[in-house]
Amino acid sequence: MARKLSMPKGSPTIDMTPMVDLAFLLVTFFMLAAKTRSSEPIEVNYSSSISDEEVPTKTLVMMTIDSGGCVYLNPGPQEIRKEVLLKMAGDYGVSFTEDQVESFTRLTSFGCAFKELPSYLNMSDEDRMHYETKGIPADTLFFPKNELKDWLYYTNKVLKDHGKKLYEDAVLNKKADQPDPLPEDFKPKYVIRADGSAVYVHAKKVVETCRDLKLNNLNFVTRLEMKR
Amino acid sequence: MAEIAEGGGGDGGKKRAKKSSTRVDMTPMVDLAFLLLTFFVLTSTFAEPKIMALAYPAKIEDQKNIKIPEVNNGITFLLTKDRILYYSGEFKPGVTQLEETDFGKNGVRKILADRNKYVINKHQELDLKVQQRQMHDTIAKKELIKAKKDKRALKVLVKTDTKATCKNFIDLVDELIIADIGVIAPVDLTKDEEALIKAKQ
Repeated sequence: MARKLSMPKGSPTIDMTPMVDLAFLLVTFFMLAAKTRSSEPIEVNYSSSISDEEVPTKTLVMMTIDSGGCVYLNPGPQEIRKEVLLKMAGDYGVSFTEDQVESFTRLTSFGCAFKELPSYLNMSDEDRMHYETKGIPADTLFFPKNELKDWLYYTNKVLKDHGKKLYEDAVLNKKADQPDPLPEDFKPKYVIRADGSAVYVHAKKVVETCRDLKLNNLNFVTRLEMKR
Repeated sequence: MAEIAEGGGGDGGKKRAKKSSTRVDMTPMVDLAFLLLTFFVLTSTFAEPKIMALAYPAKIEDQKNIKIPEVNNGITFLLTKDRILYYSGEFKPGVTQLEETDFGKNGVRKILADRNKYVINKHQELDLKVQQRQMHDTIAKKELIKAKKDKRALKVLVKTDTKATCKNFIDLVDELIIADIGVIAPVDLTKDEEALIKAKQ
């Protein structure tokens, strides 16, 4: 064996060390630079705009409209999910088990009517990806009740308090050389993630729902485009 | 038994190892490194999505007492599937005619730049002042907001029909933001306008 491995004299062996060094350097770079892709269940083609504002993370409420016009909701950060769900459950008279509440806090966006939610939460992640749904009812034209409005109402209520708490914490923990935290940064941010090919009417019903709740400052997710 | 045999073999091997080079075959490691490299290159996303803020006008609850504000310098865009129509000023049934334009450089952007000269010039003026340190940029920002609300600034109404896509809408709003339009009002389409769009097709 050892004899086989030992190379004959003048064999064309190349010293691979520099290449390996470089390869690992690049691996390290990409590993550290890579941001984990958000695990949103719905892929969306964004339109482009010149805006370069970052998507907020702390107080984000995201509404997704897919190309077919179904509405999905990401009701705020994980900390407030339980409270929102319990309030909705109280309103709709549906009860949830501990496991279902737990799985709701781990969800990203979901899109189903409230009465389907318990069975939706019982599914595995894999099944949820292939779940046939009409999205969250967001108008009263085709659905008996505008459930998105209720979701947003409770989310807004809970998230406002949560944001206030975060703001107070930020003020308390502020270090001397840091700028003052702005209260605006801790207010709920409503972001609409609409597929470019979706008919605007579907986005409009979401917008109108928000406006009914006096949430007039909305944001659209876009891709950055170079100016001129 | 095996151990002893191995030890014997090892003894012989040691002698040979001294002769042969201490090189390690790095090929599998390199393979792995490049595999990982390819994986991370392909999965990493650098173009993070951004958000475009759009403030909608508050809903008026009392429908009876709406006073329609007088628009001095307004333009209304009507969006339908991948097409963009517009008219200036107020809608006068029978008189108003729709004109068509496109999303290109000489389309909407030119129209807006021409009509909103006041604010665009003001913006450039303020930028220059900030650059020359004659003005603080917070004051410049306030001045710009004031200019956008000025009588001479262009006000834009955006109306969409049932065939317009989200891309059309966002593209238009983007153009409006580029042209420094301060007052953007997405509103509902009226019956008369709908008929005009139909006539255009």
